[in-house]
Amino acid sequence: MEVVVRILRFDPEKDGKPHWQEFRVDAEPNDRVLDLLHIIRDEHDGTLAFRRSCGHGICGSDAMVINGKNRLACKTLVKDLRQPITIEPLRGFRVIKDLVVDMEPFFAKYRRVMPYLINDEPPPQKERYQSPEERERFDDTTKCILCACCTTGCPVFWVNGEFLGPAAFVAAHRFVFDSRDRAAAERLQILAEYGGVFNCHMAFNCVDACPRGINVTKAILELRQAILSGSAQTGSELAHR
Amino acid sequence: MQVVRHRYDAVIVGAGGAGLMAALHLAQAGIPTAVLSKLYPTRSHTGTAQGGIGAALGNMEEDHWEWHAFDTIKGSDYLADQDAVEIMCREAIDCVYFLEHMGLPFDRTPEGKIMQRRFGGHTNNRTGEPVRRACHAADRTGHMILQTLYQQCIRYGVQFFNEFFLTDLLLTGDPLETGTLCCGVVALEMQTGILHIFHAKAVLFATGGFGRLFKVTSNAHTLTGDGCAVAWRRGIPLEDMEFYQFHPTGIYKLGVLLSEAARGEGAYLLNGLGERFMARYAPKLMELAPRDLVSRAMYLEVREGRGVNGKDYLHLDVRHLPKEVLEKKLPDITEFARIYLGVDPEKEPVPVQPTAHYAMGGIPTNVDGQVVVDEKNTPLVGFYAAGECACVSVHGANRLGTNSLVDILVFGRRAALHMARFCRDADFVPLPENPEAPTMEHINRLLNNNDGRWRVGKIRRELQEVMMDKASVLRTGDELRECLDKVRDLKAQYAQVRLDDRHSAFNLDLIEALELGYLLDCAEALVASALNRTESRGAHYREDFPKRDDAHWLKHTLAYRKGDDIAFRYKPVVITKYPPQERKY
Repeated sequence: MEVVVRILRFDPEKDGKPHWQEFRVDAEPNDRVLDLLHIIRDEHDGTLAFRRSCGHGICGSDAMVINGKNRLACKTLVKDLRQPITIEPLRGFRVIKDLVVDMEPFFAKYRRVMPYLINDEPPPQKERYQSPEERERFDDTTKCILCACCTTGCPVFWVNGEFLGPAAFVAAHRFVFDSRDRAAAERLQILAEYGGVFNCHMAFNCVDACPRGINVTKAILELRQAILSGSAQTGSELAHR
Repeated sequence: MQVVRHRYDAVIVGAGGAGLMAALHLAQAGIPTAVLSKLYPTRSHTGTAQGGIGAALGNMEEDHWEWHAFDTIKGSDYLADQDAVEIMCREAIDCVYFLEHMGLPFDRTPEGKIMQRRFGGHTNNRTGEPVRRACHAADRTGHMILQTLYQQCIRYGVQFFNEFFLTDLLLTGDPLETGTLCCGVVALEMQTGILHIFHAKAVLFATGGFGRLFKVTSNAHTLTGDGCAVAWRRGIPLEDMEFYQFHPTGIYKLGVLLSEAARGEGAYLLNGLGERFMARYAPKLMELAPRDLVSRAMYLEVREGRGVNGKDYLHLDVRHLPKEVLEKKLPDITEFARIYLGVDPEKEPVPVQPTAHYAMGGIPTNVDGQVVVDEKNTPLVGFYAAGECACVSVHGANRLGTNSLVDILVFGRRAALHMARFCRDADFVPLPENPEAPTMEHINRLLNNNDGRWRVGKIRRELQEVMMDKASVLRTGDELRECLDKVRDLKAQYAQVRLDDRHSAFNLDLIEALELGYLLDCAEALVASALNRTESRGAHYREDFPKRDDAHWLKHTLAYRKGDDIAFRYKPVVITKYPPQERKY
C-alpha cells in the first residue's frame, strides 16, 4: 500500500528554518514507522537523519512526534495511524538535523537527581538481601529507557526551563524507594525545590506518552507524599510503607 | 576538515556492558578514562538482553561454578579455551554480587536472595537435569545491567563522548612486529562532522557484534562490526569468525528476540503437526538444549515440510504457563508478540524462526583482555578488547544462553584491571604522523564520489540476503563459495557507492556507508573462515562435512587480511580437565 509521510526537515547547513517534505512510500500495514524512515533513506532521500538502534522499543533512541504524539518510531505501526503520517522532532530541544535533537539538557536533568544507588556501608560478601515486596516497591520505575517521550510531552517542561521533568522524577523514584539506598533524603530535598515534583500540574501527558507503560504520575505523587511526610526517612523506611 | 586532539590514559570504544564495566573499574582505580560511543550509552545493545546472567550462586538448588564451566565447554562443542572458561565461571559469581551492590534490581527469592531460573544447556552435572542458574530482573536483565553500570559511571565521573563514531586504530607500526604499540584511536563526531584524535596509553574495544550481516537478526541497526573491521584493516587477525549463533526464537520475519527465558519458564516449541519436535533431537533437555542444536532442528523441521502451514516458521507456545508468569517474568516478550505480530501469547502460539544473534568469534584476546596477534598469543601492547567483539575464547563454537552477559562483566573487568596496572607504569608513546589522514581520505572519497552508482541500502540489502541464504545455519562448500564471490562483488560495488548527503551535521548517509564497509569486511572474514573449516562443530554446520573432526580441527582459526586475500593460521585449544567427548543432550 502507498503511505503518505510528511516529515519536518531541517539541515543547519542550508535551511534557515524547518520545512515540511512529503514522501510517498510503498509499505505494509504491519510496518513500523521506523521501517518507513528506512525506506525513505534507502530509496528516496539519503539525507534524512534520525536516531535508531534496537528497533523494538528497548534502547529509546527513536522517540519523535508522530501524528502529534510522542512515540517510539519502532513501536508504532502504520496500520494504527491515520494518513498522512506526520513526523516531527521532539519538542523543547535544539534540532541538530531533521529528527535529531540535542539530548544533553535532558541527561543533565537526569543527572541532577543523583540517579545511582548510594550506599556506602561495606557490602556483605554475597548479595544484600531485599524481600520480593521491597523489590516490587520500585519495579515500575526501573522500566524507564530515557527516551524523553514523557518530558518533551509535558506542558510544564515547555514553559519552565527549571523543571526537572517526569523522566528525572522516575529516575529519582527508582532509588528513593529502593530499600538498599541511603540517599533518599538528599534526593527528596532536590525534588522539593523549585522545578521539582510540586511544579507538576498533573496533565498526565507523561503517562500517556510513556512507551514502557510506566505510571509516571503515580510515581510523582509518591515522591510528593514522601517529601510531605518528612524527608529524613531512609529509602529503607520508605520502601516499607 | 577540523581535527581536535585529546589525551586520556585509557580510551574505551563502546558503552555497552563490557565498555561500562571497564570504565567503572578504571574510574574507581583513578585512571583518566574516556568512553566513546556511537550512541548514547543507554542505547547500547546490552540493554536488550532479556533472560539472565549465568552464575552458580546456588540460591535455588545445588550448583557449582565447575558445573557451569563444564556446561559452557560442552556447549562450545569443546572449542572454548578451558582455562578462560574456568576463570569466567568462577568470577561470574563475584560479578553478580558486584552488580547487586551497585544497585541492580534483581528479582528476589522469598528469603530475599537473588532469584535464578533455568536456561538452555545449564545443568546439574550429576543428574543432567536443567539447573536454575540465570540471575534475572524480569525479562529485562540487560536493561538493568546497562542502566546500573551507566548510573555508577555517572557517580564516578567517567568522561563520555556520545555519538562519536570509530574510524581508525592508531599503532606505532605493523601489529605483527615486536615492539609495536597501540597509542590511540580516531573518531568522527557525528553531530558536527569534526574528527577527533584520542591519544592513549591503552585502548579497549568493546564495540559489540555484527548481526546486521544477516537479513533476519535480533541485533540493533548499529551492530555493524566496527571494532572488528577496524582492527582487521590494521592487520590484526580475527579468530573463529565462522562460528555465528542463530537464536532459535526470533519473531517471524522481524528477528526481534523472544528470550530463551520463555523456554526456561517452560514454553514449548511446536512444529506444523503440533509436535514438540525437540524430542527427536535432544530428548533429555528438549527445548532447553543449546541454541545451535535447537536452531538446526528448526531448519530441518522446515526443510522436511513440518513448518507451520508449510511455511518457514514454527511455534513458540506459552499458553500452558500461568498468567502470572507471563505478566511478572516475561512481560516484554508478551508485549513484543502483541505489538509486532498482533498475537496474544496467552491465547495463540507465536510464530518464530531462528534469528542471527551472536558472534562467537572476533578480535583474539587473552584472559586479561589483551589483544593477541598470533598462535603464540603474543600481545599487541596497549590494545584490549572485551565483549562480543572479542574472542577469548569462552564460547568456542556455540555460546550458552546467559554467557554473553557473563563474558562482558568478567572480561570487561579483567581488561580494566590490567589496563589500570599498565597505565600506571607506561608512558604515552608518540602518535604516528598525521594520524587522521587515512580517515580523512576515506571520508572524502565517500563524500565526493560524484559518479558513484550504488546506494548504501541496495548493497547492504544484497549482502544481508546472500548471508542469510548461504552462510547461516546450514552450510555447504558450494554455497559458501558462491557467497564469498558475491561478497567480493559487493565490495567492488562499494567502491562506487554514492551518497546523497555531503554535509557535516549528523550525516547518517556517511555513517551508514562507513558501517557497510565494516560489515563487508566482517562478512568476508566470516565466509572465508566457514569455507576453510571442513567439519561441523557447534553453530558451524557443514552438510558436506557433517561430523566434528577433532583430529584435524580441534583448533582456533586465525584469519588475516593479506592484500585482497585472506590467510589462515591456527591456534591450539586450551584443554585443562575436560577432554572432548561426543555431545549429547
